[in-house]
Amino acid sequence: MAAGSSPLVATSKIGKSFRNGTVALANVDLAIAEGAFLSILGPSGCGKSTLLRLIAGLTPPSTGTIEWQGGTPARISFVFQEPTLMPWATVWDNVYLPLRLLGMSTAEAATCIDEALAAVGLDGFAKTYPRELSGGMKMRVSIARALVTDPQLLLLDEPFAALDEITRFRLNEDLLRLWQRHHWTVVFVTHSVFESVFLSDRIVVMSKRPGRITADVPIDLTYPREESLRVAPDYGALCQQLSASLAEASQ
Amino acid sequence: MNERVAKIVAPLTVGLVILAAWEFLVRAAEIPPYILPGPVIIAQTLWTDGPSLMGSLWVTLRITLVALAAAVVLGGLIAVLFAQSRLLELSFFPYAVILQVTPIVSIAPLIIIWVNDTFLSLLICAWIVAFFPVVANTTLGLNSADRNLVALFKLYGASRWQILRFLRMPSALPYFLAGVRISGGLALIGAVVAEFVAGTGGSATGLASRILESGYRLEIPRLFAALLLLSLTGILIFAALSWLSHALLAHWHESALPEEE
Ligand SMILES: Nc1ncnc2c1ncn2[C@@H]1O[C@H](COP(=O)(O)OP(=O)(O)OP(=O)(O)O)[C@@H](O)[C@H]1O
Ligand SMILES: [Mg+2]
Repeated sequence: MAAGSSPLVATSKIGKSFRNGTVALANVDLAIAEGAFLSILGPSGCGKSTLLRLIAGLTPPSTGTIEWQGGTPARISFVFQEPTLMPWATVWDNVYLPLRLLGMSTAEAATCIDEALAAVGLDGFAKTYPRELSGGMKMRVSIARALVTDPQLLLLDEPFAALDEITRFRLNEDLLRLWQRHHWTVVFVTHSVFESVFLSDRIVVMSKRPGRITADVPIDLTYPREESLRVAPDYGALCQQLSASLAEASQ
Repeated sequence: MNERVAKIVAPLTVGLVILAAWEFLVRAAEIPPYILPGPVIIAQTLWTDGPSLMGSLWVTLRITLVALAAAVVLGGLIAVLFAQSRLLELSFFPYAVILQVTPIVSIAPLIIIWVNDTFLSLLICAWIVAFFPVVANTTLGLNSADRNLVALFKLYGASRWQILRFLRMPSALPYFLAGVRISGGLALIGAVVAEFVAGTGGSATGLASRILESGYRLEIPRLFAALLLLSLTGILIFAALSWLSHALLAHWHESALPEEE
C-alpha cells in the first residue's frame, strides 16, 4: 500500500437504528486501508455484525455514508456468523454458487472449487450434503465459498468460533497465507483477543449501547507470522493491552 | 415390534377387527342389506359390479388427475407471480381466498350452466377446490428463503431470475409438495361434489352419479362398493404424492430424513 493513498473503504459517521428502536451503531468512522488485515473486537451485541453488513451493503445505514476507493464498491465476499448454506445442494454446489452466479460453467469452475475445498481441509466431502457435516465443517464450507471468487475485500463474521483450537490455529495460518498471496483486504470479526492479535495488522475495539469504536490499535508484528509467535513476549504484551481495552469496552 | 412392520400391521389389525364386528352385528341383528350391508355382501357386489364401477371410477379419476395437474401448474405459476411482486400478491390473494371459501356446491350449478361441455365444467369445479393449497403454500415457501442467503445472492450480483431459480424455488419445494398433497385429496372431493351437482343426467357417469343412482334404487351394497372405490382412490393418490414428496426431498429436508441414528 502506497503511503497517502485513499483507503479501500471508509465509513463516515455511520449509524444504524432498527425499527424496534435499538441503536445498533452510532457515529462510526472507520477507514480500511487496501491490503489491511483489520480485526473487530467487542462484546456480544455491540454491533460488529451490523457494521460488517453495512460495509457489505446488505443493509443501508440510517445515518452517515460509506465511501469506496474509485467510487465503486469492491468485489466482496462475506462469511456470515452462521454457515448459511443451501441445504438442498452438496458441498461442491454450495461452493460453486458464486461462480455459477457469475455465469461460469462447472468445468471452468472445477479447479477453483477443488482448491478452495482443499484450502479449508474439506477435499473428499464434495458430494456431501450440509446436514451430514458438523457445525465447524459447515462453517469451513462457508469459508471456501467466500474464497472461491478471489475477492478484493473479504468480510468474515466470527468464522472460526465453532472450531476446536487445533483446526482454528491451522485455519488462522492458512488465512494469513492466502491473504498475503492474494493481497486481499480482510475485515475479521472475533471474540478472541489472541486470535485477533495473531492475525491482524490493526485491531478496532467496539463497545455497546450504542455500538461505537473505543480503541484503534496498530499491531506492529512482522509477517509472516508463525506458530512460534503465540509464545513471543511482544505478542503477549499486545494481548494484555487488548484484553484491557476489551474489558473496558465491555463495562 | 419394529416400526416398519408396526406401520402396516397395526392399522390392518384395527381394520380387520372393525370389519369382523360389523359383519357380526349385521348378521346378529339381522339388518337387511338395503339398510346396512355387511362387508361380505359389499365385497361380492364389488366383484360382480367391478367392471362397470371401474369404468365410472375412470371418469372421476380423469377429472381428478387433470384438475390436480392444472392446480399444480397454474397454482405454481400464480405463486411465482405473487412472489415476484408484492403488489400483485396483495391485489389478488384475497380473491383466491374468496374462491377457496365459497362452497363449491353453491357455484357448481352456475359453472355447469355456463360451460357447455360436461367434462370441462366438472374440471373447473374440481380445479377451484384444488388450486388454493398449492398457491398458498408455494407463495409462503417462495417468501421463506433464508434472508442471509438472499443477501449473499445479491452480493454476488444475482439476477431476479437467478434468485428465483436457484434460491426461492428450492426453498419453496417442501411447501409446494405439502400443498400438492392436500390438493390431491381436494381434487377428488371437488370432482365428486361437482358430479353430485351435475346429477346422473350426463352421458359420462362418474362414481358420484353411480352413488346417487344406487341410492335412489336402494341398491345399498353397490353404493358401499362405489364408496369403497372412492376412498381407495383417495388413499392411493395421497400415498403416491407422499412418496413423490419423500423422493424429491430425501437428500436434504428434515421431513424426509430417516430417524436419528
Ligand atoms: N434485525 C434486527 N432488528 C433489531 N435489532 C437488531 C437486528 N439485528 C441486530 N439487532 C440489534 O443490534 C445490536 C447489535 O447486533 P449485532 O448482531 O451487530 O451484534 P454483534 O456485535 O455481532 O454480536 P455477537 O458478537 O453476539 O454476534 C444488538 O443489540 C441486536 O439486538
Ligand atoms: Mg455478530
